[in-house]
Amino acid sequence: MARETRTAARAVSHKKAIAVFLLPFSVLFAVFYIAPIGYAIYQSMFVIERDGTFGAAREVFGGFAQYVAVFQNTAYWDSIGRVLLFGVVQVPIMLGLALLLALLLDSPLVRGTKFFRLLFFAPYAVPGVIAAIMWGFLYSPNLSPFSGVTSTIDFLSASSVLWSIANVVTWVYVGYNMLIIYSALLAIPQELYEAARLDGASQARIAWSIKIPLIVPALVLTGIFSIIGTLQLLAEPQVFQSFTSSVTSTFTPNLTIYSTASVPNINLAAAMSVVLAIATFILSFTVLKLTQRRTAQ
Amino acid sequence: MTASTERRPSRRRSPAPRGPRESLVSRTMAMAVMGIASLYFLVPLWWLFVAATKSRSDFTSTAPLWFADFALFDNIAALIAYRDGVFLRWLGNSALYAGAGALIATLLAAMAGYAMAKYTFRGREVLFNIVLGGVLVPATALALPLFLLFSQIGATNTFWAVFLPSLVSPFGVYLSRIFAAASVPDELIEAARIDGAGEVRTFFTVGTRLMAPALVTIFLFQFVAIWNNFFLPLIMLRDEDLFPVTLGLFVWNTQVSQIPDIRALVIIGALLSILPLIIAFLSLQRFWQSGLASGGLK
Repeated sequence: MARETRTAARAVSHKKAIAVFLLPFSVLFAVFYIAPIGYAIYQSMFVIERDGTFGAAREVFGGFAQYVAVFQNTAYWDSIGRVLLFGVVQVPIMLGLALLLALLLDSPLVRGTKFFRLLFFAPYAVPGVIAAIMWGFLYSPNLSPFSGVTSTIDFLSASSVLWSIANVVTWVYVGYNMLIIYSALLAIPQELYEAARLDGASQARIAWSIKIPLIVPALVLTGIFSIIGTLQLLAEPQVFQSFTSSVTSTFTPNLTIYSTASVPNINLAAAMSVVLAIATFILSFTVLKLTQRRTAQ
Repeated sequence: MTASTERRPSRRRSPAPRGPRESLVSRTMAMAVMGIASLYFLVPLWWLFVAATKSRSDFTSTAPLWFADFALFDNIAALIAYRDGVFLRWLGNSALYAGAGALIATLLAAMAGYAMAKYTFRGREVLFNIVLGGVLVPATALALPLFLLFSQIGATNTFWAVFLPSLVSPFGVYLSRIFAAASVPDELIEAARIDGAGEVRTFFTVGTRLMAPALVTIFLFQFVAIWNNFFLPLIMLRDEDLFPVTLGLFVWNTQVSQIPDIRALVIIGALLSILPLIIAFLSLQRFWQSGLASGGLK
């Protein structure tokens, strides 16, 4: 950012203006981002104690007792394992599809790019809850327009419902990711292809050897947001509970947190929230750093 | 596909001639992929639209992907009349949460990002890195912590419990900073200074105008994020009158097995709740597509 360094060189102080610009956001960020996490950590340090089975409940300081409970909670770790499995399969499929469509839109092979771009992006405007309700009907054995398929294959059974949800998430987000990748492709200077074109390289070859290496930053960005989204999965499985009993109350980490909080076991749920936030942060940060190092080499 | 060999597509940049290398086979295959993808994305929406136009009896007895008697307006009327128009109330709540929330969030993010791009001050990079950390901690992870905090001050189940947290957009700050650094020249700010304009006024007259594509992008994506938000209202709200439309439809959908008639309302409600977003994206596409380009690149 060359411009910023030039501003720095001038070194004019505008303390009041800077404060006016920064304070509103910073205060709200502190109150609604940092404070809740801090308060959740604080809450997670308490345990409920009772005097006998029917005695009055008291909150007493328990140190890391709730975290021990989180680590021993198999339902919670099963749910994390489930969304990780989901992510390992769904994120590459979704981003691969987004990349393929973006490359096709950017190639001279396809006409009507503007139309396709908007069409593919449209599902992004459908809230997760609504998309899940819609696909819930499409999966149902008797109401579906594809009842020929859905009456023989049970998309809502315990073994397949995770992948049926994966399809809903893919349907919503392919177009969004495609658009980010496509924007990165548009920014590549056309001259870079000319030599390859003159040498008679095919579109597939140009895409593989020139385009994809240049849009790695966009792929990293979409990858990180997809990982975050996967770990936070909630609305779609929650909606699917109305269509099938195969989605348990501890199906995803957020569902586990929700059902733990409604028991109510607020302190344990707070500890689960903290662990999930930290896990999300570490995972996306690691992906960011790993890919940055690889592209720098 | 024979017609496609006669006219070359008008592409926005490439003056390069379409050589014989792009064979008819690869073009046909490419269009086939586009066709299949179009069906995948479009059929569910088409089904929803067709289903919303059907009367209750036609819904189960006629072909699901084609129209029967066109009852869309009767269905809408029934939806609005149901329980004294609670659906309209939810739609209004969503519009208020998302519209006002995204507007304020965009302004705050733009000011912060602009300050980080155009001024030097101590702790600037630390602050920016904390905000970037905020991008990596998604709003959903904060829902329960926010609930604990709001219940401490007895403010759960209020409008503010859902509205206030949505005013913070770390990604908006990130995008604003990148965009302001690239598109607001220091010379213009300097010129405004010489003209005697204050720093804050310069931001509103010069800065916001040059950052317009980024601002529209932030607004739209924050709007969608709030409109689609589900976990926070689910945890915070008990009072049905405060529900956003997503939560309202979710609750109805859980009642379908007890009240089968409500299924038709869920379908027509689903259609009505996505129309505002599709219209917003279509009408503002010129802006957000260029804004998105700058964000994805860095």
